Amino acid sequence: MRKFKEFIIEKLILICGLASIFFVVLIFLFLAKEGLSVFKSVTPFNFLFGKSWYPISEPPQLGILPLIFGSLLVTLGAAIISIPIGVACAVYIAEIAPLKIKEILKAGIELLAAIPSVVLGFIGMVTLVPWVKSTFHLPTGLTALSGSIILAFMAMPTIVSIAEDALYSVPKSYKEGAFALGATHWQTIYRVLLPAASSGIVAAVMLGIGRVIGETMAVMMITGNAAVIPQSILVPVRTLTATIAAEMGEAVVGSEHYFALFAIGIVLFIMSFIINVTADLFLHKRR
Amino acid sequence: MFKNGLIFLAVLMFTVSAFAGNNKNSIQIKGSDTMVNLGQAWAEKYMEENPGDFVAVTGGGSGTGLSSLILATCDIAMSSRNIKDKEIALAKQKGVNPFEIKVALDGLAVVVNPANPVSKLTLDQLADIFTGKIINWKEVGGKNEKIVILSREVNSGTHVYFKEHVLRKGDANGKEEFAPGALLLSSSQAIADEVAGNSSAIGYYGMGYISSKQKHIDVAKDEKSEYINPTIENVLSGKYPISRPLFLYTNGEPQGLIKKFVDYSLSKEGQDIVVKTDFVPIKK
Repeated sequence: MRKFKEFIIEKLILICGLASIFFVVLIFLFLAKEGLSVFKSVTPFNFLFGKSWYPISEPPQLGILPLIFGSLLVTLGAAIISIPIGVACAVYIAEIAPLKIKEILKAGIELLAAIPSVVLGFIGMVTLVPWVKSTFHLPTGLTALSGSIILAFMAMPTIVSIAEDALYSVPKSYKEGAFALGATHWQTIYRVLLPAASSGIVAAVMLGIGRVIGETMAVMMITGNAAVIPQSILVPVRTLTATIAAEMGEAVVGSEHYFALFAIGIVLFIMSFIINVTADLFLHKRR
Repeated sequence: MFKNGLIFLAVLMFTVSAFAGNNKNSIQIKGSDTMVNLGQAWAEKYMEENPGDFVAVTGGGSGTGLSSLILATCDIAMSSRNIKDKEIALAKQKGVNPFEIKVALDGLAVVVNPANPVSKLTLDQLADIFTGKIINWKEVGGKNEKIVILSREVNSGTHVYFKEHVLRKGDANGKEEFAPGALLLSSSQAIADEVAGNSSAIGYYGMGYISSKQKHIDVAKDEKSEYINPTIENVLSGKYPISRPLFLYTNGEPQGLIKKFVDYSLSKEGQDIVVKTDFVPIKK
């Protein structure tokens, strides 16, 4: 009887383990099935490089280039802001901070990760957007920059905690060796620890970016959602994610618009897949 | 081991279906954001008068409501535009027969920031502004400022109506589109907030959202006609050029509980609520 129980529990756990893979495959198949149908009415080239997105016109114009640029621009801006701050923060926590401050900082960063994105978006809308508008003398503050700043906040917890982990796992002997050679603390960090932890830090950055590119709610609230190819970071943009979220409700099931939204889902899936695989490669290199 | 899983699943399904079957006294209403306040006001009063019944109202946009009606996930769809032929065809395919009931009228107000000196525009000027032909306020008698166009998202009946009746001037085959640089915001409230805080913005929404933080624009059909205020009287008399009907859609002619609710919305009390929520009643 006992053996039977063991057997059942073992297999149940196995099924749970397999389920995640199974669901990923199912999701991808579903995405592909629905998304690829759009190419009956628009060529892949016109879909990816078309410059106008008017999905509900007759006939619909389904070019997602402005959306791709929108997503990339917001992500790039967020990366530029969050990487230096995030890595510096990780270095401070791992190497410099006294124990007490370290604990407080770590708790604070965890708290930052716990803020729901819609709340960040809302705060951004009432504080950041008017600030961006008046600081840069823009006609509107709903811009890619506002989105980047808010998303940088969302990427930071991921970057800090994984980069800190990477710095922490650099063997003690490296540090001791550097000190023994007469290097200062900063020289040790800059010349020894950072290069030694570099693959982990790159992975941290990649995972942070992965989080940013898939984020929807906050960007939808503060980037203005205008489907134009952005000429600078101070103009409104429309991201891939916001497009799906805003339009899926309207799209008539089985219409070109509906399929196009799923195809956007495929594009997003591929983008974040590449980012995650890159991060994974770097993480494994480290071991 | 598989057996265990199957039994578990069967039990789960049974409980779920048992709960789902309990909903005989409830109506699900979904659709137009413009009509959410109205729908909720109806539902509250209706439930006060009929304590045994339950009415749930949610928004999401006219398209959202109609597609849930087609998928049979709601009983009544609220819509601020007519159902499209494509949607009817799809509904027929799924065995749903959309039935249209006109319940109220709505005037669409065009709003700007109170600091903006412009207070009246013709329909042509509006069309040129929203399609991006006029890009500076000074071209219509305002300050030398770039115009920031605010529009609703494409899932909004208001967006569709404004495009068809202002941008394309009622021409169904028109090719005019919102300027690509137009900001698409996800709710009427978001447009109201942005207009309140941005002196160069122009937006549009249902009359119900007008407050003292925004200034509405008087609209004329053309240069020779008079400029009209978006008020209930002007919408009712047909003088105000941008007004539209609001609909409820049901699957087939309404019956039972759904009919009771639809009848309530068209009753005198129902139409009084229409006035209270700043729309224009269809019956006096």
